[in-house]
Amino acid sequence: MKITVAGEQKEVKEGLTIAELIEQENVENPQYVSVSVNDAFAKSGDFATYRLKNGDTVEFLYFMGGGR
Amino acid sequence: MAFSNEQLERYSRHIILKEIGVKGQKKLLNARVLIIGAGGLGAPAAMYLAAAGVGTIGIADADEVDLSNLQRQIIHATDDVGKPKVQSAQETMNKMNPDVTVNTYHEFVTSENILELIKDYDFIIDGTDNFPAKFLINDACVMAKKPFSHAGIIRFKGQLMTYVPGQGPCYRCVFKNPPPKDAVPTCKQAGVVGAMGGVIGSLQAMEAIKYITGVGELLTGSLLTFDAIRMNFHKVKLPKADGHCAVCGTEPTITKLIDYEQAECDGV
Repeated sequence: MKITVAGEQKEVKEGLTIAELIEQENVENPQYVSVSVNDAFAKSGDFATYRLKNGDTVEFLYFMGGGR
Repeated sequence: MAFSNEQLERYSRHIILKEIGVKGQKKLLNARVLIIGAGGLGAPAAMYLAAAGVGTIGIADADEVDLSNLQRQIIHATDDVGKPKVQSAQETMNKMNPDVTVNTYHEFVTSENILELIKDYDFIIDGTDNFPAKFLINDACVMAKKPFSHAGIIRFKGQLMTYVPGQGPCYRCVFKNPPPKDAVPTCKQAGVVGAMGGVIGSLQAMEAIKYITGVGELLTGSLLTFDAIRMNFHKVKLPKADGHCAVCGTEPTITKLIDYEQAECDGV
């Protein structure tokens, strides 16, 4: 199936979970990433069971604390 | 207020823009912007806002200029090492543009003083380097109904979003709570390219100018991310303001400001 991750189209396996996608994408500090699917937040407790569907748009929102 | 000939010339590139014009330039001269943190983000933001003729600029920072700051904090120079950052920033802005009144706050921004600090300003710029300060600024601005620009930078990456009361999610809607101390690295621990502060801090100044003049679309409801390695900007549409948000929701559970513990190596 095809999904869009951070603006890029990707071919991924059918029924991929958010947790699997996080691993596949080598997300930094995965325990602190916020995830939105089709402009709605997914609960972090659901990442392991949340199965993505064909056409989903996924965004990773990272903590970025620097500035000075 | 009529413009002097000098002002007409100084701001001619603004005045010629149909979106700004004489009216917009007057709005800028009457505007009050507070910058919290006179560092990597705050330095370019302050300089562009001073150059733009934002009439009153407040700058808050408790630190003194350190040699390791000069790689990115372009408002300070080699001679300023050891000086309070707010003083060095004030001197630079005064030299750039005599139209600007600079108010300095040489102090840590805490739950005790932040509401008093932001009270008299129209727009706030978060140029801090740690999560406790970023959450404090968010919560205070939500409570005081003040618009602000949030930003963060690290290594070759940066991001920013704008909060305007009633017009989209706040920082806490997206990020909920600060990560545990030292769980997510700071610039001091991980490094940052100096120009990243220039890119993202300038975008924060741009948001302030657009808010003041009422031009265009702000980053309300979206987070703009920049990856310099891939040279890629990406605008992430954020989920709508969370009615259940602990601070901006309909039944907030956070009604008092919180001073979270911060990583040992930083300080605001």
